[in-house]
Amino acid sequence: MDEAYERIEGNGVHGNGNGAAPTGDGAPAAHERVDRLPAILESLLLAAGGPVPLGQLVDALDGPGRAEVLAALEALEAGYEREARGLRLVRIAGGYQLRTPPEHAPWIRRLLHERPPRLSRPMLETLAIVAYRQPCTRMEVEAIRGVDADAVLSSLLDRRLVRVVGRKDAPGRPLLYATTHEFLEVFGLPALDALPTLRELGVGAELLTAPELEVSDEGVKPAAGDGAAGDG
Amino acid sequence: MSGSEGSRWARPCTVSLPIFEGPLDLLLHLIKRNEVEITDIPVATITDQYLSLLEDLPELNLDGAGEYLVMAATLVYIKSRTLLPTPEDEEAEEDPRTELVQQLLEYQRYREVAVALGDRPLLRREVFAPPGEPPPPPGPGEPAPLPVREASLGDLLQALREVLRRVRPPVPHEVAGETISVRACIERILAEFIRARELEFGQFFAAGVDRATVIVTFLALLELIRLRVVRARQAERFGPIVLELGVETVEEAAERVRDLGDLEPVSSGPVMEERGGV
Repeated sequence: MDEAYERIEGNGVHGNGNGAAPTGDGAPAAHERVDRLPAILESLLLAAGGPVPLGQLVDALDGPGRAEVLAALEALEAGYEREARGLRLVRIAGGYQLRTPPEHAPWIRRLLHERPPRLSRPMLETLAIVAYRQPCTRMEVEAIRGVDADAVLSSLLDRRLVRVVGRKDAPGRPLLYATTHEFLEVFGLPALDALPTLRELGVGAELLTAPELEVSDEGVKPAAGDGAAGDG
Repeated sequence: MSGSEGSRWARPCTVSLPIFEGPLDLLLHLIKRNEVEITDIPVATITDQYLSLLEDLPELNLDGAGEYLVMAATLVYIKSRTLLPTPEDEEAEEDPRTELVQQLLEYQRYREVAVALGDRPLLRREVFAPPGEPPPPPGPGEPAPLPVREASLGDLLQALREVLRRVRPPVPHEVAGETISVRACIERILAEFIRARELEFGQFFAAGVDRATVIVTFLALLELIRLRVVRARQAERFGPIVLELGVETVEEAAERVRDLGDLEPVSSGPVMEERGGV
């Protein structure tokens, strides 16, 4: 074990902070190192568990540049696919992560005896609204779905898929909700903008630019601000 | 919060009894069944079907029923509007359905996103990742995003708790109690900003002041933050809170708080001495 680490250090992949350029130890080491980069990255990602941003991988390797690391990640990814391995390299929440392919789920579940419940439709709808309109208030969610959102939002908070990010500067100072990092991880999204744009889904421009909903019709939607508007 | 991963997932998800997730969902179902356009709903037909479906829905809980009934009322109202002859002088009257149509369209789009989200393989359900240590946030080598965030009310209360802990304990004997107003305190705080643009939270609480002064000062700070005259930020949780002027000059700040009117004065004395913390 130790010997292996020594060798990597000797090759300059894992320098120990003396700031030496990676060219110092001779040419053979340099290309040997490039050959091993995918495997080293595989180890890093396995040890990290969670998604690791490219910058942190580059820092940990202390030598190869971003382009080199990216190329190695691509090689690793391609290798998994080509050899039909039990791992996939995926971009999640602004980082890279090793995950199992979905088709292996039945066996893994039998091994782990654990299965988080599927997310209910109200939860998914509420998440969709929060994801696109964040930060948004409970009332905005309710205005769009036409039903009470209290219970749904608190179970989403429990599952750490949404979080409270502050209060809206409006009457009643309602809480503002936004999606979490965990939301991206659970749904396997590289970033929030990986969701289809509302324009792609055909949402009119007026909805995209409206800072908040019009809430003034005959009581179908909750009135803005503490129900102070007493119409309907 | 201490409840482990397991219990988090073990929580049963709520399932509403009717198959519809709400009045809008039910309406979209009817629109689809009748093969009509959302933008051109035959209100009479849809209203009749909606009402008859409502009767068939098994047990509606009170909250749920309310939402369905409000929609029923809206539909009946729109129906009545379409039946009434349009007054001559209001020729350019809006289609009474417009608002409902907008709402339906918007809901439908989010419902589509929800379906798309639901189709994705979920972590720990369809896909699995190694349960390693999550890497710590970007190290010093990484151009880290500025760690400063706006201090929340919770952060401020935490800081207040610290100050109150330092403050001398309440005097045991009755005092006549001088009255300190929040307004006067606001002015005092603003005066501090003449000398520096940024001040540390603790600097507003001189050593040896009594609890009432601390609390009034805190209230004054909250008021200033609410008015956005002062901004509170904090580099890290439980770190020091830095207060800075949210406007250009102290004069501007004074102008901003002028309209505040009279604030409740807080008197020092036995009232403030009760324990129990904030």
